[in-house]
This record gives sequence, C-alpha cells and structure tokens, in this order.
Amino acid sequence: MSGSTPTPSAAAVPQAPSRPGVTAALVVAGLAALIAAPFLFYPVFVMTLLCFALFAAAFNLLLGYTGLLSFGHAAFFGGAAYFTAHAAKVWGWSPELALLLGVAGAAGLGLVMGAVAIRRQGIYFAMVTLALSQMFFFACLQMPFTHGEDGIQSVPRGMLLGLIDLNRPLAMYFFVAAVFVLGLAIIWRIVNSPFGMILKAIRENEQRAISLGYSVARYKLSAFVMSAALAGLAGGLKALVLQFATLTDVAWQMSGEVILMTLLGGIGTMVGPVFGAGLVIALQNRLATSDFPVTIITGLVFMVCVLLFRRGLIGELAASRIGKTLGMRADT
Amino acid sequence: MTRLLLSAAAAALLTTPAMAEISDGKVKIGILNDQSGVYADFGGKFSVEAAKMAVEDFGGKVLDMPIEVVSADHQNKADIASNIARQWYDTEQVDSIMELTTSSVALAVQALSQEKKKINLVTGAATTDLTGKACSPYGFHWAYDTHALAVGTGGALVEQGGDSWFFLTADYAFGYSLEDNTAGIVKEKGGTVTGSVKHPLATTDFSSFLLQGQSSGAKVIGLANAGMDTQNAIKQAAEFGITQGGQKLAALLFTLAEVHGLGLEAAQGLTLTESFYWNRTPQTAEFGKRMLDRTGAMPNMIHAATYSGVLHYLRAIEAAGTDETEAVAAKMHEMPVDDVFANGAKVAQNGRLLSDVYLMQVKKPEEVTTDWDYYNVLATIPGDQAYMDPAKSGCPLVK
Repeated sequence: MSGSTPTPSAAAVPQAPSRPGVTAALVVAGLAALIAAPFLFYPVFVMTLLCFALFAAAFNLLLGYTGLLSFGHAAFFGGAAYFTAHAAKVWGWSPELALLLGVAGAAGLGLVMGAVAIRRQGIYFAMVTLALSQMFFFACLQMPFTHGEDGIQSVPRGMLLGLIDLNRPLAMYFFVAAVFVLGLAIIWRIVNSPFGMILKAIRENEQRAISLGYSVARYKLSAFVMSAALAGLAGGLKALVLQFATLTDVAWQMSGEVILMTLLGGIGTMVGPVFGAGLVIALQNRLATSDFPVTIITGLVFMVCVLLFRRGLIGELAASRIGKTLGMRADT
Repeated sequence: MTRLLLSAAAAALLTTPAMAEISDGKVKIGILNDQSGVYADFGGKFSVEAAKMAVEDFGGKVLDMPIEVVSADHQNKADIASNIARQWYDTEQVDSIMELTTSSVALAVQALSQEKKKINLVTGAATTDLTGKACSPYGFHWAYDTHALAVGTGGALVEQGGDSWFFLTADYAFGYSLEDNTAGIVKEKGGTVTGSVKHPLATTDFSSFLLQGQSSGAKVIGLANAGMDTQNAIKQAAEFGITQGGQKLAALLFTLAEVHGLGLEAAQGLTLTESFYWNRTPQTAEFGKRMLDRTGAMPNMIHAATYSGVLHYLRAIEAAGTDETEAVAAKMHEMPVDDVFANGAKVAQNGRLLSDVYLMQVKKPEEVTTDWDYYNVLATIPGDQAYMDPAKSGCPLVK
C-alpha cells in the first residue's frame, strides 16, 4: 500500500514465467472458440455455461489466490440474480443498469459478510460464510419481492444501451460472451497485479505477510468483496439469460456446486474453473435426459478427480510434461 | 383476374394439406420432472410410465403418425428445466411438455412455451398463478392446485363437523397461501380458526408445535406444509396420539405415494385431498392395477392426471386433424375430458381442468383388505366448486 511496495517473495511465483507466445496463442484460441460456440452448440446452453464459468472463476479468486474457502458464495450469485431480475422486471431498468445493480448489491452483501467472516480462519471462516448465506437464503424465502418458491419469472431482456435488442439470440450471446471476457480479464488483472501478489503471499504465509507490514485483514476483505461482486455479475447475467431468478441460486447447494466446479477444474488456475463449470453444467444437462441418476454420477466424477487429479483437470495438465513443454504456468 | 383467382386457389391447395399434417412426421411429448430429488416419488419416473401407457392406449399413432415420449430429470432446478425445454422446442421438435413438478419450473416453462407457441400441461405443481395472472392460451393445469386442496380439505371437513381449526404452517409463501386459502374456506363455511403456529422449512422436531395444536382444543389440526415436513409432522403426531385423542389431523398436500412411504401405523386417521384414488370405481381399479404391474406402485393423482393429459392432448390432435398449436389448444379447451381420471370434466378458458376432487381418510391398518387399499372416500367435491371461478382467477384470457 505504501510507496515502496516490497517485491513479492519468490515463493509466490512458483514456476518460470510462461512463454508470452504460448499464452497469446491460448487466448486467441479461447476467443475463437467463444465466437464459434453459438454456431456449434445450443446458444442458451453455452450462455448458461459462461455464467457459471464466470461464477467459478470469481470464486477461485478467493479460494485459489487468497486461500479463503467461502461456503456462502450462492448468496452473491443468487442475490444478484434477484436484484437484477427485480430491477429489470418491476422497475423496468435497462439490462446494463439492472446488471450493475446486481453487482453493487452483491458487493454490498460481500462487504457485510466479508467483514464478519475474515475475523476467523479455516473451517470457522467457511462456517461463518455458510451461516450468513443461509440467513440470506431464508430472507429470500420470506421476502415478498422474490415471490418465494415461484421465483421472479418472465424477466425481460430488454434493449442494451437502448440500441441492441437482446431478445435476438445472437445479440444476447455476444453480450454474455463480452461480459464473460471482461470478467475474466478483470480477474486476470487482479491476479497479476502487485495487489494479487500480496494476496498470494497471504495465501502462502499469512504470518510473514503480517510481519512484512501488510494490513492482511484489509487485503482479505478487498479480495472477498471483489470475488462477491464478480459472482454477482455472473448471477445477474444468468437472470437475464434464463429470464428468471429462483431460490436454487441462493441455496447452500449452489455454494457447494461452485466449490465442486473449481476443484474439478483446478484451484488457483486461470482457466481451470471455466472447464470445471463446463464439465458440471454439461453433466447436469446431458444426464438429465438419460436414465442415470445425475447426483450419483456427479459424485463419482468428483471422487475420481479427488483421488486421481488432486490439482484438478487443468492443474494436472499444467504440471504434466505437456504443460511444461508448452511452458504453462500453474497459476495462469 | 382469373389468373389471380387461379393462383390464389393453387396457393390454397398447396397450403391446406400442410395445415392438416403433423409437423416433422411425428408427435413428440416431453415429460419434464424431478426424478432423483425430493419429489421423485410424487411424480418422477412413474409419470413417464403413465404418459407411455396413455400413448399405448391411444394406439401408438395419431393421424397415422408415430408418437414419441421423451423425458428428463430437472433436478428441481429451474435453469436446467428451462435449458432442456428450450432445446426440446428449438432443436428436437418436441410438440408439448407436461408434468412440470415444482412451481418455479412450471411457471418458467409455461412462460417459455407461450413465447415459443407450444402446449404445456402441468400436473405436478400447485400454484394457482398458472391459471391466474401467469396463464397462457397454450398452458393447461391438471390434477390439483392450492385452491382445490383448501376447498377439499377445509370445506368438506367443516361440513363433516370439523369446525374449529389450528394450523401448523411452513414459514414461507407456499405455507401461507395454503393456510390463508384454507382458513378462508373454513370461516366461509361457518368454522373458526383458533390459532396457528409457523415452523421453519425443513424442521425435524415438531413436538412443541404439535403440543400447541393439541392443547388448543381445536377439532382439526391442519398441516399447511409439504414433503418431508408433512411426513415428520405426521409421524410425531402419531407418537403424541393426536388422532387417538379425538382430534383430526388434516394434511393439505399429501398423496398416496407418501402414505405408502410413511406406513398406515403412522398415517391412520389422516384426512387429505386428492383428485384421484385407484380403488374408487372398477375403472380406476383396473387402471391402478395396470400401473402397478408396470411400475410396482399404485398411481397417485399426479400419475393419473399425466395419463389423462397425454390422452386428451392426443385426442385433440386427432379432432383438429393437425398438431399445430393454435388448433390443438382450441380443441383441448373445447372438448370435455373423459377418461379414467376425469369424468366428462370441462377445461376452463384459463386452462384449468375442472375435475372432481375427493376428501379421503387414511384407513386403520385393520380395515385394509388388499395391498395399497389405503383410503376411505369421505366426500366428493365437484370440479366447478373445488377450483377457483375462472372469472375471478385474474387470468387476462377470461372474458
């Protein structure tokens, strides 16, 4: 925070820096896939997937880079979905303003929950976040504006900036894709800034970060609020995509699901949560029409991952020989 | 001029046969419900079997085109349901979606179906909004709703002498609306409400709530909750000997499948409302036995209504001579529903099927003569009294 920011310790940068060419190629490939996706897959499915991917990436900012396991992120995701849906439907706000309200609301919730939760560590931190998000769940269950278990239905997508009609599927898709890229870019910027280095230092050794003179509590709280706001961005976006907000998004199972997505993809990797979210959402949708019980299959996949790929799919890939030759860095 | 007339006639000739055909050479019905979660017994896979049985009973073909039933498990998540419904409509040529357990799912899919101009028929959700302010010209609601449950259990019980009530209510919107509806009916019929107590959703210990009900002196304790909450409350009420003590226990939303799961020892004496009971007439018994052979369980009102909905939809396609949504929906509104579930019942303008509902009492274990023979039918409430007057439903389609 002071003028002479000390250079982060070597421990925070575990591997050699990645080759810029490879990273650029991967980014270009990712963008190309994003542009091609609506023509290859069902657009609404891809949009839902992107919302969850952004949610998981936002969660990973806290778990992967700051080392804080929150068990209450559903409150930000689902809360923002309610705020955005209510603003768009009842107050008739334009989609971008409704989305911003969702983000602001989630950030506000994050500030309150974070301020209480960061006073404790480890399992106690997780339990405090779980308890607070359950309080929020019961508030949503009771408050009239959420319409209880009926949810807020038939949310209009509206006109983006008064110009672009989001009811056209492709317009909506590219809006969602743009917000997704923006969200990931923000996360990448946070992680690769001096601020992000300090977060990693806190993750690696909190005592040492304190002894170096950092106000750890304030860093943790900032990371918590940022993660909450980005999760809110994902939730608000999802309310516009599917045109409703329901209790599912604020229930504790959703907090568990985002942990699952992040673990499957790889904690502390930039693209891991995106792939993890893709895997979980695709499984839920594909298995729905099959005869297999969905919950059991997801459980089995999770067990296999935890037993065989501790670092998650992407984490394991980055640590493998292929990843090393490509010059992938585990935290990019 | 003649040329113009000729070309107009030619155009008419070209378009008319297309109208009288089945789109994509097949009629596809999607059953979308919870098959792995808390409502898996309530509707679940058995609803899919009921739909398949309706297709077989219809002959497997409509207007010489094959009929296909597809199904999906929405896991009680509206986003999964909405995604599947959209893909079914947009890429898999599904013509109608039915069952739709839980209200958030039913409302979301009904809004989507209206936007896509497709038919949806709800049997698994309770909210009256489906035929109220969220009604759709292509949306139908079979089986039951919160209003019918309140009239069935509330109204009919008061007429039978249960004129003072105490409510045990789940502390959220669904519980309140059940309690409000029922209390309104009880008062309208000249009964009184002595009190009510709210319990949090997913309560496991009902003892203090039940004791309040027991000491209230009310003749009936109404359970305005659902699922596991109702089951736990009934189990604990049996332990306190509430029905043995002369008070009546009335579950506002409870079905045969759940009575079976709970067992008669705990459920005996319970009063409840369903729109179907397999052992009511020889026809229903025959239908029940056929379902039992296929699924291993007797059907409840959700399963029987799904069977009826599929059959009515297919009959409407046959009568309309096409599977085009507008024409089929018109026939579905126009034709009375006459099958094992509904006896010549009408479909109101708001999409509500006005079929009879029945007040039942769960038998004592010693009264049971055959397997699954769980209910005594106490009263029959005609459909037009059980359901809300369409003119007062708030549905903009009713004029």
